[in-house]
Amino acid sequence: AAEEGGPCQSKMAGADGDDSLYPIAVLIDELRNEDVQLRLNSIKKLSTIALALGVERTRTELLPFLTDTIYDEDEVLLALAEQLGNFTMLVGGPEYVHCLLPPLESLATVEETVVRDKAVESLRKISQEHSPVDLEVHFEPLVKRLASGDWFTSRTSACGLFSVCYPRVSSTVKAEIRQHFRTLCSDDTPMVRRAAASKLGEFAKVLELDYVKSDIISLFTALASDEQDSVRLLAVEACVSIATLLPQEDLETLVMPTLRQAAEDKSWRVRYMVADKFSELQKAVGPEITKNDLVPAFQNLLKDCEAEVRAAAANKVKEFCENLPEDNREQIIMTHILPCVKELVSDTNQHVKSALASVIMGLSTILGKDNTIEHLLPLFLAQLKDECPEVRLNIISNLDCVNEVIGIRQLSQSLLPAIVELAEDAKWRVRLAIIEYMPLLAGQLGVEFFDEKLNTLCMAWLIDHVYAIREAATCNLMKLVEKFGAEWAQNTIVPKVLGMANDPNYLHRMTTLFCINVIVHCCGYPYREITTKQMLPVVLKMSNDQVANVRFNVAKSLQKIGPVLDSNALQTEVKPVLEKLASDTDMDVKYFAQEAISGECLSSSTIVDKLNT
Amino acid sequence: TLELTVRASPTGPGGDMQWCFSQVKGAIDDDVAEADIISTVEFNHTGELLATGDKGGRVVIFQQEIENKSQPQFRSEYNVYSTFQSHEPEFDYLKSLEIEEKINKIRWLPQKNAAQFLLSTNDKTIKLWKISERDKRPEGYNLKEEDGRYKDPNTITSLRVPVLIPMDLMVEASPRRVFANAHTYHINSISVNSDNETYLSADDLRINLWHLEITDRSFNIVDIKPANMEELTEVITAAEFHPHQCNTFVYSSSKGTIRLCDMRASALCDKHSKLFEEPEDPSNRSFFSEIISSISDVKFSHNGRYMMTRDYLSVKIWDLNMENRPVETYQVHEYLRSKLCSLYENDCIFDKFECCWNGNDSVVMTGSYNNFFRMFDRGHRRDVTLEASRENSKPMQVLKPRKVCAGGKRKKDEISVDSLDFNKKILHTAWHPQDNIIAVATTNNLYIFQDKVN
Repeated sequence: AAEEGGPCQSKMAGADGDDSLYPIAVLIDELRNEDVQLRLNSIKKLSTIALALGVERTRTELLPFLTDTIYDEDEVLLALAEQLGNFTMLVGGPEYVHCLLPPLESLATVEETVVRDKAVESLRKISQEHSPVDLEVHFEPLVKRLASGDWFTSRTSACGLFSVCYPRVSSTVKAEIRQHFRTLCSDDTPMVRRAAASKLGEFAKVLELDYVKSDIISLFTALASDEQDSVRLLAVEACVSIATLLPQEDLETLVMPTLRQAAEDKSWRVRYMVADKFSELQKAVGPEITKNDLVPAFQNLLKDCEAEVRAAAANKVKEFCENLPEDNREQIIMTHILPCVKELVSDTNQHVKSALASVIMGLSTILGKDNTIEHLLPLFLAQLKDECPEVRLNIISNLDCVNEVIGIRQLSQSLLPAIVELAEDAKWRVRLAIIEYMPLLAGQLGVEFFDEKLNTLCMAWLIDHVYAIREAATCNLMKLVEKFGAEWAQNTIVPKVLGMANDPNYLHRMTTLFCINVIVHCCGYPYREITTKQMLPVVLKMSNDQVANVRFNVAKSLQKIGPVLDSNALQTEVKPVLEKLASDTDMDVKYFAQEAISGECLSSSTIVDKLNT
Repeated sequence: TLELTVRASPTGPGGDMQWCFSQVKGAIDDDVAEADIISTVEFNHTGELLATGDKGGRVVIFQQEIENKSQPQFRSEYNVYSTFQSHEPEFDYLKSLEIEEKINKIRWLPQKNAAQFLLSTNDKTIKLWKISERDKRPEGYNLKEEDGRYKDPNTITSLRVPVLIPMDLMVEASPRRVFANAHTYHINSISVNSDNETYLSADDLRINLWHLEITDRSFNIVDIKPANMEELTEVITAAEFHPHQCNTFVYSSSKGTIRLCDMRASALCDKHSKLFEEPEDPSNRSFFSEIISSISDVKFSHNGRYMMTRDYLSVKIWDLNMENRPVETYQVHEYLRSKLCSLYENDCIFDKFECCWNGNDSVVMTGSYNNFFRMFDRGHRRDVTLEASRENSKPMQVLKPRKVCAGGKRKKDEISVDSLDFNKKILHTAWHPQDNIIAVATTNNLYIFQDKVN
């Protein structure tokens, strides 16, 4: 844009003017252009401007100007906040890095969360470039100013800065920082308490263990029993970090009372958070507490009265079981978890069932062949018959887990009806989803089973009344051919596809052409016989179709087939047909025919010719 | 019975308090343009700003001037701070429906930085506006003069960084978020949550919960739409969040009930946790019973202990801990009970009067007809009828209490029910969050009154 923005497009080298200044001058002027896009562009090239101005003028002129541009659009401010994080060298190196604090401080108080977060990110970055002295003289006072700002936006930004300066300041300043953090944890506005709660874990990590025990735990307990559930739920996340920091023997007294309370919170959102973070919590508290506390807590979450919570817990079933201590994993699963899972299979809420269906197959590898056949198989089969298509789809998409343990044959009896039903579902999106699993199923079930049971379905989708399904079915054919090979294609697919060329419905005739395109693409040169002998004649014949859409698709197909044909076939068979189409009455047919003629393969020698010589 | 028999007090609520005229905004012209009709009035949390919305989709914000030390008897006045077009008329091509630009509600957000933010809504779309001040402008170009003339690029010998110089204060209103496509029916309420990050919007049949920063999705938290619309018996008329408990909100219905919901209990609040309902008085039963019991507004008290509802003839105060009857009931214009038939014929019976609390929850205010508005002093059990009119609009003129003669012999200074003007109605009023300053919207005028400072 630098070249386009100025008044004079073709600038001559001036007598007194400095030629190299012109593009920079444009960039600087565009910092205040009315067009947001141009301002954004200039901000993104801020380093170029700074480089041209030199470190001195960048510090004394550019940064003061930028500090006051916080009126601008969010996207400009966001770009500015990001740029300033990489500006240290441009203001003269670490010695002067504190010059970047004023603009970032004002950006850290704007109302848009994304901009504030980016400003905080940049502040964190440049804090590392401050010398220990500068950190106390310049950076820490900024954190204090933000922390005691009038508006909550600045106080929320402060929360993210404590942990980066704490490790590098003197013990007096450390004490002050801890005090500021404490104050923000009991701020009047929930926005600030939420920001503090979400940074509690990160702050705990840089604190000395004694202070973690004395300060952090009391803050954590207070936030976890905040009157607003939006604050309490964030304490759950902090719980993970804090538990990781504490020695095992302290967990029971310092963390577990709060965690137990959160798992039974009156608010479903807090319980949801516990369920959602369950695997992390489990790893953080270790195997003993998991056995004694988390197993019953997990059972309760799986039976929660709120469906959102049950769904979140159901999502964690496999991970939770996987991470159980190995010595009595099987016993815990069989006696405590599986009964709850069984109930979830017939849950009233479809999201819960669907969440379970996406992970339940994973249990078979954990429980082994016998347990899978005896206990899990009935559940898989029940879910395969579920009224909700999403549940069935989730089971089918995870068949590979169970295949490894017991082989797919055990399931095939029920699998087939489930697939057939989904294949014929009234909702086209459901049909689309099952088509996408076909290549996977084909791989697992093998060619024999496929030919016998599923091939008919795949062919039926080609004449679906929804275009998206026909398109997906065509793409599916390509993947099947890739899997089963060209010979299989020749015997099972090609005859059926070519049969459709005579269909009275022109949409089906077009599908023939689309299928030919992908089959040629898969089989390629080594199997050109199929193309020349079987498919080409059909395509050529279709050039006489009465529907123009079919005719121009013939032209497109010929262009695609071209590269695998030899020059003889091209010249004697393809070219005359394309020439005829090029003088078609229909405009589109003409256009695509000409496109094909001017295409590479007809004008120059083909791959085949090249290979022959 | 807990119903209070309130005695009219010539001195007004609070015993000694007298209200006097302060300002009137809007054209004096008798010929009212439809677009100028005020449709909502709202103070911000400090009372420094006062916003009005109108049928023309405009929002006008007034700012209280800094206190004048030399004339302490005059409270500082409200002057126009910013005016902007919030909503434009639209057309829904899919449903072949016109969407009016009328501002149904305005709600201020708690202040988060030097700028101010408010939500405004018409029937379908909620918008978040930022109102900010600017008092500096950049100066200095490299390639052109300040007046816009381009310089000869050959003369550039050095680079110039723009500097910011002071300028006259400029107030800008900019749309920050548009929350659209979530309501099939007409939005009647919006309410910002005390968690400072969510708000609700209610239409006739559903209530949605939004995050203030996310416009592409909202969560449906109440849905009373029956599977078969022929079974529809009631609609949602208003909804509001509790001022302190972020999980609690209430919604009122056209059947006169109020439901309190706890969002902690479940994601979908179809089951209420409390139902506030007063049994109907059989002696007053008539064809109009259901229509006049419909609640037109519900407001929590500032302390969060009570809520106030307005139906056609009365204002009721409910204690959140008592569901079976209101703790106080005030008659707004009981004399209209005998006129319901004609009020039905001229559609006035469907007027939606709003109500508001004073700063310390001791007095409530609501509007009536003939440009009358009513105040009820809860502690002193006194009420007063005042009038917003051009005749009383001399500076600091004390408002004379008005009295309507319900029947029998009309005394001097009384107005007969038959001479009330039903076209002059006060639907929207607002009370300054701390001070005794009130804003009262007549059709196209905004009156500001204040207590007389002795």
